[in-house]
Amino acid sequence: MTTIIAVPKAPSKRRLGPDLNRLRFHYPQWFFIPAMVLFVVFFAVPTFASLYFSLTRWTLFDAQFIGIDNFVNFFKDPQLSQGFVHTFIYGVVTSLAKVVLGFFIAVFLTSPVLGRGYLRAVVFFPVLVSTVGIGLTFKSLLDPFHGIVNGALSAFGIQGPGWLTDPNGALLTVAAVDIWKGLGVAVLIFIAGIVAIPQEYFEAARVDGANTWMILRRITIPLSYPAITTVVILSLIGGLRSFDLIWTMTSGGPGFTSDVIGSVIYKMYQAGFYGLSTAGNVILIVVVAAILVPLSRFLTRREVDL
Amino acid sequence: MNSHSKTRITAVIGAAAIVAASLAACSAGGGGDAKVTISYLTGTDVTNATMAHDLIAAFEKQNPNITVKLDAAAAGGSADNDVKTKLSTGTMSDVFFYNSGSLFQALNADTKLVDLSDQPWAKSLTSDFKKTVSTKKGLYGGPLGASLGGGVLYNYGVYKKLGLSVPKDWKEFISNSEAIKAAGITPIEATYGDTWTSQIIILADYANIEAQQPNWAADYTANKAKYSDQPALTSFQHLSEIHEKGLLNADFASATNAQGLKAVAEGTAGQYPMLSALISTIQQNSPDHVNDVGFFPLPADKASDTQLTVWQPSALYIPRTTTGAKLDAAKKFIAFALSKKGCELQGKDLPPSGPFVTSLCALPSNVPALLKDMTPYFASKKTAPALEFLSPVKGPNLEAICVQVGEGITSPKDGAALYDEDVKKQAQQLGLKGW
Repeated sequence: MTTIIAVPKAPSKRRLGPDLNRLRFHYPQWFFIPAMVLFVVFFAVPTFASLYFSLTRWTLFDAQFIGIDNFVNFFKDPQLSQGFVHTFIYGVVTSLAKVVLGFFIAVFLTSPVLGRGYLRAVVFFPVLVSTVGIGLTFKSLLDPFHGIVNGALSAFGIQGPGWLTDPNGALLTVAAVDIWKGLGVAVLIFIAGIVAIPQEYFEAARVDGANTWMILRRITIPLSYPAITTVVILSLIGGLRSFDLIWTMTSGGPGFTSDVIGSVIYKMYQAGFYGLSTAGNVILIVVVAAILVPLSRFLTRREVDL
Repeated sequence: MNSHSKTRITAVIGAAAIVAASLAACSAGGGGDAKVTISYLTGTDVTNATMAHDLIAAFEKQNPNITVKLDAAAAGGSADNDVKTKLSTGTMSDVFFYNSGSLFQALNADTKLVDLSDQPWAKSLTSDFKKTVSTKKGLYGGPLGASLGGGVLYNYGVYKKLGLSVPKDWKEFISNSEAIKAAGITPIEATYGDTWTSQIIILADYANIEAQQPNWAADYTANKAKYSDQPALTSFQHLSEIHEKGLLNADFASATNAQGLKAVAEGTAGQYPMLSALISTIQQNSPDHVNDVGFFPLPADKASDTQLTVWQPSALYIPRTTTGAKLDAAKKFIAFALSKKGCELQGKDLPPSGPFVTSLCALPSNVPALLKDMTPYFASKKTAPALEFLSPVKGPNLEAICVQVGEGITSPKDGAALYDEDVKKQAQQLGLKGW
């Protein structure tokens, strides 16, 4: 989740080629074997095994081949189709908010403001806290009757909603907490992106009489595309496969109103439907790939060289 | 403008208060040659933890060569997963405490558990209990705790003050509730913050279904009876009705089981659909109020159909991975739980809310008052086992579906249909015929 991807600088292809060639002759081929073994044992084998088990009714003790029944079941299940919709809402809302809010906070924090280092640290702080800890803390803060949030609201005479108990609001409440938690990473990536833009562009623009808005629109935003791409993709992946926060805050409830694919799969696994939940995981991978590969192609195409 | 910005994060001081309630595993040190250490896995709630601590202390005193290490189990749905995973990976504790009935049936006992039918206590078990921990090939569990009833806990004081009597049918239950509401007291406590509590109305209604259709459970297992048809649909309709009529506490969506028990014990709520065994939590948390709480079975539409739904106690099991000296020690541990001293401890820590299922244990003299409310039903045989002891089919999503119906998110008819679908997956997973 908190991997920080450095903003890619345009590589100079002329120098990379010969370097790689020389590398290849440095070490004997069998040096690859340890890495290869780890890859095969812990990645390739489980991937293919899970493809097989997704086609079976599996009890951990034995597996019975049932063809694509699990997938049919998964798509017929009303709970799951709902879970899909919730996953998209959650992914899009959190990703969009992180990009927009994160970008403006980053612009603010790269401009000369008082206590900038401190503010940067404050924005990044939630990232350092364990997700489960955040979930449990917010669950008690947002308790409709005994929580601090509604207690504070009632001091102003406002009757606060049942944040996590209202079937229409629970998912968005969790999304809001997710945004609070994940914003720091987005800001960090944006700051790195904005700082990498050469100052000459800004100076030239200012000499030409550009105002702040024009600088932002014509220089900062277009030249931050690599950072934007990174944030969109990272936060969308995070949003689509989100589980921990939702599970600790609502467990998918009330009822199934905040269930996402991740929590549905977990519940199936919990219930002992191992084949079915494996099928769910296969579907999740396919869906995430189907959304992200074209999206990443599209976004990368819009990037400009500095 | 500064041409090169230096970012320095000097210090990030964070304080996150995360309360992790973890059960300290108790272990007694010491050397000696013939010493054996076994592990015991049980739930982390107050009642189970107290029971385990007392049982282990007394057992170790009597068997100085055996040390018992307490392992903490996951709770609720995670527990099922936890137990199954541990059994199939061979990492299960030497003795573990787990449900009898349908959850036991899903464990593949014949290949994973040690047959205990040769144990001296095995003959003392009631036949009803034996069925719930046995397969065709053997008997695998020793009971811990007494049988219990599912129905409605009610506050004697509230009923007395308002001149109410125990309802015989559902209509009386509703009119009682409306009278309690008129007096400004919460009529029916609901605690959907702990989702498992939402299913009690469905589960405790089963004896009433059986009164109307004696072979309903068998038909259900054979995919011939459905929750979306009568008489079973009534259970879902009742669950929805108490919400529709505004008879629930205001915080029904977030309240917890402990809060609900406190409310009915202290009389801020009149009635609480619950299992009778939860009187033990009242005993722990509000000991002065134990005898203020009574019990009646969930009323059926017709008074003549009202019966008490009875749950069998959970049991102690030994996995096949326990062998040699550890196996002997584990068997001794279970036998000790069913000995005179063990029964005494059970009577103290798990206050009986129904008869014991072994003739080795007798009810203690100071039983909670609610046990008296249940005796007439046992005496007149107006009881039936809960569905989970008659059929292996129980859908995993019942609690979530009950929350949907109980909070008015889904209609009772749709909720019941959703549950029928949920159950189908379970039946297929178990490889039952006719699904």
